[in-house]
Formats: sequence, C-alpha cells, structure tokens
Amino acid sequence: MARIAGIDLPNKAVKISLTYIYGIGRTSALEICEKSNINPDEKMNNLSAEEVNELRKLIENEYKVEGRLRTEVALNIKRLMDIGCNRGLRHRKGLPVRGQRTKTNARTRKGRKKTVAGKKK
Amino acid sequence: MARSIKKGPFIEKKLYKRILDANKAGQKPMVKTYSRTSTIIPEMVGHTISVYNGKTWVPVFVTENLVGHKLGEFAPTRIFRGHAASDKKARR
Repeated sequence: MARIAGIDLPNKAVKISLTYIYGIGRTSALEICEKSNINPDEKMNNLSAEEVNELRKLIENEYKVEGRLRTEVALNIKRLMDIGCNRGLRHRKGLPVRGQRTKTNARTRKGRKKTVAGKKK
Repeated sequence: MARSIKKGPFIEKKLYKRILDANKAGQKPMVKTYSRTSTIIPEMVGHTISVYNGKTWVPVFVTENLVGHKLGEFAPTRIFRGHAASDKKARR
C-alpha cells in the first residue's frame, strides 16, 4: 500500500486514489498524473516503487496538502476573527459566513437541530 | 473577485479626498462616513473612521491587516440579543 503525505492510499485508479489526500481533488490529481507521466487509470498497487516516489516528490514540492493546508485554512479563519470583520463574527458564532439564510436550514454550520418547545395556540 | 482590476478598488471620492487631505496635513481627524462599501486602502492605516451602521457611527481603527476589506464589514448593522423567552409560563 502506497503511503503519500502521511496517508495510506487505497488500491484504486491513481486519479481517484490521490484524492484521498486532503488538498488534492480530481483536478489536481489529473494534473499530477500528467506531470509525472503516469496513467491516471492505473491501479495504485500496479505502480512501481519509483513511480510512487515520483508522485510523492511531486506532491511534496508543488502542492500544499494535509497538515500544512489545514493550518493555513485555520490561520485564515483566525485572521478574520481577529480583525473583527463581519465574516469573522459569523465564524465565531458558528453561523453561515456567505450570506445564506438562517431562518431555516443552515444545519451544516449550526449543527444538529435544537428543538425549542413551540407556542401552543 | 468580481470587480475588474482595471477599475481599481472602490472608494467614495469624498472620503478618499478627506483621507488624502488629512494625510497631507499630517492630522488624523475622526472621519465620519456613510460609505460602507468603500474599500480600505493603505492610505487609511492609522486613521479612525466612523462608519455608519444605520443608527450610529461605529469607530473603526484601521490597521494594516484591515486593508482590502470594506468599511462596512466592521460596523455590524444588526444586534442579536437572543431569542424571546417562551411565553408559556406567563400563560399559566
């Protein structure tokens, strides 16, 4: 099993397998395949050790993934919260940041529904 | 994201002029403005700008990391004071 960027990659087509790394989606996965001249449809376990190394090097050098990416995102959010702008305030309150409605929905940000006893007629 | 780079950032002309004048005079007066959509530019750093929130002027002290945001982002227009308590108890 190939291990890249601290993640065990499953035995799937390379283009899919790479997306198991945080920060790599379908687009960058295909990009990586092209740069390293690896067939994106090849199964991960059929790659030689050199090819895996090639992938590893490419990802290490040219992509921001996993921990480093997560810290960057966290820092960006922290910056917004520190300067006290509207987006920062929304992050602090755990409400949607980009102007979505909150009268209904918004459950991804607000979490599980908290039922409030309704008024009786 | 949406605005063309060619146009440059949007700043209300009057506000821009007042900031430049203040910089020239070397003073930092309190500038009151309604223009919440104006972008904060490097020239404003160090000023305190009073931004209208629909009711009062909220003083915003401009530091370097506010550059690129809009003035209105720092003057909330709504105050959330929590939900009304249930009136069930009052009924009984």
